[in-house]
Amino acid sequence: MHELALTENILATITERLGDARVVRVRLEIGRLMAVLPDAMRFAFAVCTKDTSLDGARLEIDEVAARGRCRDCASELALDGVVALCPCGSADVELLAGQELQIKEVEVA
Amino acid sequence: MCATCGCGEDHQHFREDDREHRRHFVRADDHHHHHEDDHHHHRADRARTIAFEEAVLARNQHLAAHNRAELRAREVVAINLMSSPGAGKTTLLERTLASLAGALPLAVIEGDQETQADADRIRAAGGRAVQINTGTGCHLDAAMVGRALEELDPRGGILFIENVGNLVCPALFDLGEAVRVVIASVTEGEDKPLKYPHMFRAAELVLLNKIDLLPYVEFSVDRFAANAHQVNPRARILPLSARSSEGVPAWLGFLRDHSSSDRAIG
Repeated sequence: MHELALTENILATITERLGDARVVRVRLEIGRLMAVLPDAMRFAFAVCTKDTSLDGARLEIDEVAARGRCRDCASELALDGVVALCPCGSADVELLAGQELQIKEVEVA
Repeated sequence: MCATCGCGEDHQHFREDDREHRRHFVRADDHHHHHEDDHHHHRADRARTIAFEEAVLARNQHLAAHNRAELRAREVVAINLMSSPGAGKTTLLERTLASLAGALPLAVIEGDQETQADADRIRAAGGRAVQINTGTGCHLDAAMVGRALEELDPRGGILFIENVGNLVCPALFDLGEAVRVVIASVTEGEDKPLKYPHMFRAAELVLLNKIDLLPYVEFSVDRFAANAHQVNPRARILPLSARSSEGVPAWLGFLRDHSSSDRAIG
């Protein structure tokens, strides 16, 4: 349900910078660890942008896979579940990617 | 894709040097290109792509940094208390305030979607409290806490920020706190840390509340701790019961350590 709050932040950030310029496309980068559901994001985006300068804008979401580095054996690993567990047995994994939450680019008409 | 310009769109090319205006027709479209000395139109030229590279939560992070500086100047240690609804945040706060009252200045920011009930409970326990009703919001944000700080005007001691009961959204919003504490309870599942890893990953301390109910529920403290350590190996885990007070002295010790350490002012 935080997709709504995130969308409100996205709207505020964009309109603060671009005023009432007509926005036709927004590209986001979202890490897989951020517990953001792209479908819920699209729904929230459609609802929140209604009657704003972003009304009808296309929302593109680039999902970023989660990666980490083991603090014990220093190897890099893909993190596909919620638990960061290195094959060496250590759970002490530094996150390298997967926590992104960025507005990458915005296209204005 | 257009082989001439590689622009990724279907379109036609007109060459000025070709008297017949030879067309390389790909698909009837609303724009056309000319290369080199040719003229070149895109309807999309009117659109402009702006590289943003801005964190979605940049505004919140900025305001949180303000709160953090303000709290440091006031020598207040802010503790962000997060849990699912019903884990016992307010009961633990009542117990905590009753135990520390007189020893330290204590203030509370209560976040709830509706009602003043929790702030009333805190005031009844002797704390100074402001209630933030977030309405439809499912978490506190840095702007709300900033306004509450102005109203509360705390000086020294500890400020407890009781977040909205929710294990997802509050994890994303930095409030400017010094310490993040997650409260779970034995009436919830042992797998809570695995289901809500973001929340547990961000916590310095995990309190496991309601251990007075352990004889009546199927819950292994060890398994819970192992799960919490899988998502956050550095988290300290403290089992306690706000109702019976078992384990509460260790929690009070944690608070005293933080309020007297350098973190109180940094």
